[in-house]
Amino acid sequence: MPMLLSGADWAVALVFVPLLAALACFLVPRAANWLGLLAATLILLAALGLVGGLLSEGPLRVAVGGWGAPLGIDLWADGLSAILLLMTALVGFGVSLYALAYFAGHPRQQRWFWPLWLLLWTALNGLYLAADLFNLYVMLEVLGLSAAALTALSGSATALHAAMRYLLVSLLGSAAYLLGVALLYHGAGTVDIALLGERLEAGAVAYSALLVMATGLLLKTALFPFHFWLPPAHGSAPAPVSALLSALVIKASFYLLLRLWLELFSGLAGPLPALFPELLGLFGVAAVLWGSVQALRQRRLKRLIAYSTVAQIGYLFLAFPLAGAPSNADSMMANGAWQAVLYLALAHGLAKAAMFLSAGSLLRFAGHDRIADLDRAVQRLPLTLTAFVLGGVSIMGLPPSGGFIGKWLLLEAAFSQGRWGLALVVLVGGVLAAGYVFKVVGYAFTPTEIAQEGAAVPLGMQWSALLLAFGAILLGFAAPWLWPLLEVGAAP
Amino acid sequence: MNSVLVFALAGVGLILLGLYALLVQRHLLRKVLAFNVISSGIFLILAGLARRAPGAEPDPVPQAMVLTGIVVAVAATALALAMIQALRTATGRTRLDDDGED
Repeated sequence: MPMLLSGADWAVALVFVPLLAALACFLVPRAANWLGLLAATLILLAALGLVGGLLSEGPLRVAVGGWGAPLGIDLWADGLSAILLLMTALVGFGVSLYALAYFAGHPRQQRWFWPLWLLLWTALNGLYLAADLFNLYVMLEVLGLSAAALTALSGSATALHAAMRYLLVSLLGSAAYLLGVALLYHGAGTVDIALLGERLEAGAVAYSALLVMATGLLLKTALFPFHFWLPPAHGSAPAPVSALLSALVIKASFYLLLRLWLELFSGLAGPLPALFPELLGLFGVAAVLWGSVQALRQRRLKRLIAYSTVAQIGYLFLAFPLAGAPSNADSMMANGAWQAVLYLALAHGLAKAAMFLSAGSLLRFAGHDRIADLDRAVQRLPLTLTAFVLGGVSIMGLPPSGGFIGKWLLLEAAFSQGRWGLALVVLVGGVLAAGYVFKVVGYAFTPTEIAQEGAAVPLGMQWSALLLAFGAILLGFAAPWLWPLLEVGAAP
Repeated sequence: MNSVLVFALAGVGLILLGLYALLVQRHLLRKVLAFNVISSGIFLILAGLARRAPGAEPDPVPQAMVLTGIVVAVAATALALAMIQALRTATGRTRLDDDGED
């Protein structure tokens, strides 16, 4: 299909459009709304263009400015990064629409939201497109700084506490990652991922780099037992920010860990590459169970959804022990466990964003987010509750949602390898998720003793949440279109 | 004991000292200082260990990476300090409370 621009042009646009838009929004705050929406539309088009370019041309590598690796910065896109870029673009577009209405009465927050959010988007796109470890470090830092600043946006004491804790954790995580980069450069003489994949050998340098980088990235991905910072941060940020943090920011550090594992460390000799996935799987099991149980105990809606994120992150790590040793690099993406991870990540991104956005609408309506006091919200905010329930359907893993496909693939991999324990955890996690989703729905159907007056909720907020929730459900039908994209770049 | 070993040990020592302070110290300003000590340790390892061959010219690429890292650490410290200031204005304290809600 004839393309106006090549895939490489779209890749460069994906990094520079949000960056320039962020600067423009910072300089001209009055036009921030429209600049932000324009940028979101352009980024969505660029992501689609990149996907089209990959399908027609195969994996692409762009040397920015014409200087090549190892001294220049290369952008690199294959199927995995393209799918995550597309998810970022879709969720980002939905959240941008929501934010237009959400911040309408709060000029100070609106003024700072747009530059920070567009910088966050730059960091996400740059991270998914980065080809060398040091560029990834810079993008990871920009991501952490803008996410922490966004968490503090409301200025309340709770939000500032959560943002400060998040910032310190994020800085520690990136510092650990940078230490790993230093060790790898010392060991192999390069930071380019492709070259490192060829040169890296098992030994003290590689193992210590793996441990240090994994610790840093697990801190940033909030895997149990490093999850302590997530519920306060995601629970006290403004609703669109919580959606971005849970749906997008967490996935970026997870993607980085996955990429490092697949490209650099999984093929090494020795005991550690076999033990490491088992350890991650163990943490994943603990995350699923602990996060789900804690979610059931919460009295506030946003905290509940935040603990649900802790649990869902655990599912992503259950795939590590199920993926097994890669027989050859070609079939990595054809491995059922990694396909499950991708599906779960995509579905969670869309569904969790929908849930947080609908929680924001409920907060705007009632003035509080106490679950027990949701007075007949179903009757008065049907669109919002539909969005919440549809998102919950995907989180629970009921058909026909994207979450169902992801859990199905995970169960299939577990059963075919005889890992009954992991299969049981997946099923128990689904039951617990049903518990906390229906807890909210139950209270939303019932009246409270004293009837509450509700504030009006703008239609833009209600519909953007609903559209994202529809996306999570439609993802269940989209598998035939995703697999060809995933295969791009899987072969070396 | 050659210079590479000295740099490596000093860097690791700084990182461990900073990590201990980050976890134990309660005052937020000290936590930010601890983070800067950790960063210094990492930069020391990055620049000190970088030689393409023993006895050859030092490798300029890690030095460029350290410069970038220093700039990033400055920006991060600036944000952290601004946040501490805002926290102090909002609550009058400069310590992170334990999360006692719910």
